[in-house]
Amino acid sequence: MKTTGKITGIVSNLVTISVSGPVIQNEICYILYNGLRILSEVIRIDNERVYAQVFESTRGIQTGTEVEFTGKMLEVQLGPGMLAKVYDGLQSDLYAMESLFITRGMSSPALDYTKKWKFKPLCKVGDEVSAGEWLGEVQENWISHKIMVPFRFKEKLIIKSIVNEGSYNLEDIIAVVKNNEGQEFPLTMVFSWPVKRPVRVHKEKIRPFKILETGVRVIDIFNPMMEGGTGFIPGPFGCGKTVLQHTISKHADADLIIVVACGERANEVVELFTEFPNLDDPRTGRKMMERTIIICNTSNMPVAAREASVYTGMTIAEYYRAMGLKVLILADSTSRWAQALREMSNRMEELPGPDAYPMDLSAIVANFYARAGFTWLKNNKSGSVTFIGTVSPAGGNFKEPVTEATRKVARAFYALSQSRADSKRYPAIDPIESYSKYLEYDEVKQELNTIFDIQWTTKVSRLMNILIRGKDIKDQIGILGDDGVPVDYHEVFWKSEVIDFVLLQQDSFDKVDASTPLIRQKYMVDLLLSVCEKNYDFDHFEKVSEFFKKIINTLKQLNYSVYQEKDFISHEANLNLLISERTKNS
Amino acid sequence: MKPLIRSKAFQKTYSKIENITRATCEVRADNVGIEELCYVHGRPAQVVKINGNKITLQVFQGTDGLSTESEIIFTGKPPFLTVGEELKGRYLDAYGHPIDGGPEIDGEEVEIGGPSLNPVRRSQPSEVIYTGLPGIDLNNTIVTGQKIPFFADPDQPYNMIMAQVALEAKSDIIILGGIGLSNDDYLYFKNLFDNSGSQERIISFINTTEDPPVERLLIPDMCLTAAEHFAVKQNAKVLVLLSDMTLYADALSIVSNRMDQIPSKDSMPGSLYSDLARIYEKAVQLPDGGSITLIAVTTLSGGDITHAIPDNTGYITEGQLFLKRDTEVSKIIVDPFRSLSRLRQLVISKKTRADHSQVMNACIRLYADAAYAHTKKENGFDLTQYDTRCLNFAADYSREILAVDISSDMNQILDTAWKLLAKYYSREETAIKKEFVDKYWP
Ligand SMILES: Nc1ncnc2c1ncn2[C@@H]1O[C@H](COP(=O)(O)OP(=O)(O)O)[C@@H](O)[C@H]1O
Ligand SMILES: [Mg+2]
Repeated sequence: MKTTGKITGIVSNLVTISVSGPVIQNEICYILYNGLRILSEVIRIDNERVYAQVFESTRGIQTGTEVEFTGKMLEVQLGPGMLAKVYDGLQSDLYAMESLFITRGMSSPALDYTKKWKFKPLCKVGDEVSAGEWLGEVQENWISHKIMVPFRFKEKLIIKSIVNEGSYNLEDIIAVVKNNEGQEFPLTMVFSWPVKRPVRVHKEKIRPFKILETGVRVIDIFNPMMEGGTGFIPGPFGCGKTVLQHTISKHADADLIIVVACGERANEVVELFTEFPNLDDPRTGRKMMERTIIICNTSNMPVAAREASVYTGMTIAEYYRAMGLKVLILADSTSRWAQALREMSNRMEELPGPDAYPMDLSAIVANFYARAGFTWLKNNKSGSVTFIGTVSPAGGNFKEPVTEATRKVARAFYALSQSRADSKRYPAIDPIESYSKYLEYDEVKQELNTIFDIQWTTKVSRLMNILIRGKDIKDQIGILGDDGVPVDYHEVFWKSEVIDFVLLQQDSFDKVDASTPLIRQKYMVDLLLSVCEKNYDFDHFEKVSEFFKKIINTLKQLNYSVYQEKDFISHEANLNLLISERTKNS
Repeated sequence: MKPLIRSKAFQKTYSKIENITRATCEVRADNVGIEELCYVHGRPAQVVKINGNKITLQVFQGTDGLSTESEIIFTGKPPFLTVGEELKGRYLDAYGHPIDGGPEIDGEEVEIGGPSLNPVRRSQPSEVIYTGLPGIDLNNTIVTGQKIPFFADPDQPYNMIMAQVALEAKSDIIILGGIGLSNDDYLYFKNLFDNSGSQERIISFINTTEDPPVERLLIPDMCLTAAEHFAVKQNAKVLVLLSDMTLYADALSIVSNRMDQIPSKDSMPGSLYSDLARIYEKAVQLPDGGSITLIAVTTLSGGDITHAIPDNTGYITEGQLFLKRDTEVSKIIVDPFRSLSRLRQLVISKKTRADHSQVMNACIRLYADAAYAHTKKENGFDLTQYDTRCLNFAADYSREILAVDISSDMNQILDTAWKLLAKYYSREETAIKKEFVDKYWP
């Protein structure tokens, strides 16, 4: 018999419940109010008193209102048909809700149970299978969506029967498996999984070693992200976190992108689903939306569902990873999720940690980031989940709990700088502050030197040295004045400006410049080294800026031109002309 | 006493208050719902916490002089606003009751703080709101459905600027939410509105510094409930003005402190972000043409934008408008560096003249060069001839474009900008695309 309970207290979206029977931590329960079933989750059990966070407004709920427990934790439905969907934090299909407003108790199925899918079996009767192994496949947009043994099975199973190739509904039985006690389980194309439990159906998880191309030069060249890696983007408001994530979502070389809009502006999500259905994806020849799933809990949607939204996104990512896909999940902003935890913790009057965040914030963040990774599946194919989250530090100060907790676990750090943003140097990633720990891995160095060229890592550090020296010199000029430093200091400074304007800065809103493929990045690195490692012998500092402004202008035009086409080649020629005229004079 | 209790359906009466703080009181009662509206000795209050049969009430007018024997009436429903055509042209208090001496509003009762809009039912904002202020229209173009605050020091004339913007902007309805408005500023708005010829499209919900601070919590919800009514039911373009949201946040902190909640940064409640977002996210562009545009004021203390209130606001709103005193020209200007309208790229050079984006960027870049030259000058370094030109340009640009005391239409603004560029720079120095230079260079 299911446990039931009665409300004994309410403050905001936290309720206390006295219960009649057993309750599980994180169990889902429904508050039965006015004919509505209001979704809630148990977050603490204190003897008879159960605390639950309510995923919707609690308005009107009274002491004595009945509660029904489900025996289940918060789950998502996993099966074909999730691509191109826009879900709320609890996996309700937002397009399936027709009204203008989302009123209480409203939800919609995550998947379309009437649609037929062309199923093709990938194994046969008598085969031994276990959780996550592929029973068959269906075509979902451009992805070969694997129908897998549900993740909940711990034991080995034998296929007793499996259907022939044909069209089936999600809930048609496509196979029957049995365990070694002879117990039989009919399987369909859909199953559920609790979002807060990591999926572990792979054979092993290894250190990330393959570069994940983002098309953003300052990332790919200076602090690359790896397939299966983790990264975070902290920055004050207005520094470009969201624009950067949107750019990555459009251009990253992944099979599937999951965008979690976590407690941020609704208009930013509107931008995605207005643009993506019309945007061509060069990788697939289809529309961008077809490789995207959006999970959307905007800042005015219920706070508790904010926490759920990142877990929902991650679970869906892990599901597709188990099919051997390269999944990228982006969350904007993870701080909102941490704040949702803080709100609940405060309402439960728990002992607060720094800045009133819960004491175990670091552990929660660490567990979440640990779910990303590069995996070898049981069939020796690979699959990966790469996770990049933004962080919105209070007052723009990186010394705050969420930034610090994230810094401990995320391997790549993309620091957005207020001063770069103020001077409109976008993307405002500070190349010197930022880091990618992956660059310390031998296997990564090897990989980079293979795909670019044998000198790659040294070339990048040569550019970095110019940037660092340029920064120092800028400070000196600020103190001593233009006249106060030698002319060749000006030259180094302006070379660093060339690298800044041409490599670091990138126009997210330009069709060509928005994304630079690796091959073009390699070309640019070589080109810039050749420009910046020449000596130009100026006699006056005003000549230095005059010359390099022209160089920058020409190279910017080059950035805006299609690689190796007419305009590009003519700008390249202009550049060479500028340089040879200058070196002839000196 | 105003006729506050109009609803006939009120039921339960109690009269034993156990606990009183400055903003809350506690009573034992059954069958009371959270967020329910009630009256404590005639004063409106709301249920904010229930623990068994112990009910905590937030008394909007404060608990001054309240007796433990006061009568408490529970209404069985949340706070509401009566909406309808009669709202137009009226001045109301935080509960939606007239303060202009006119009759009570007749219409439909709508719960305030209603459900949120399904994000996929929104449209992308795409219509410019011209404010007439060049510093906004040129550099920080505002779009219908946007939410944007002025970040201003308390001594700046933000209310006057906001009022001017409101009357200039082409909207069907203007809703003013006065949150702790000084009486003088209230009278300023009232006088301006009453003589604007537009009073029939203006609705004002007013709480002044003379009114209880906790009442302020109701003002934004009242404004936005009315706004939603007109935007959804009549596809109206509604402009909502909220001044001053810092006082709203202060009221939040009063209540949360009374309820013994653990404060987070700057003594603000940990839920400040959600509390503010709930209000600002009501800004919307609807598919049928209706829209709610929200222009607010957040006053700063000592210009500190890292304080929790402006900081959380900045994370929520679609940009911010900074006012600043330019000492070189002795005028208040819209700071082009720190101001940002995040939605401007949806309309600039798409809905406005094609040269807009290039002209805007060129001017700001040259203004930045001027700022650099200014620092050089202050540090006693020699100025180049280019530096001097920049400084002169900057002074004219401040005076003729950034200052808040001028009004101009978009094409005029662009022409002025071209004039200034040509006065101080060569064509190449502006780095504007050739096609535009050829067409517009004076
Ligand atoms: N790469 C970019 N190119 C051009 N403008 C940018 C870029 N990144 C950010 N911006 C500008 O900065 C504004 C704020 O960026 P956004 O990503 O929304 O900031 P955040 O998410 O950090 O608050 C944008 O509206 C845009 O005007
Ligand atoms: Mg953002």
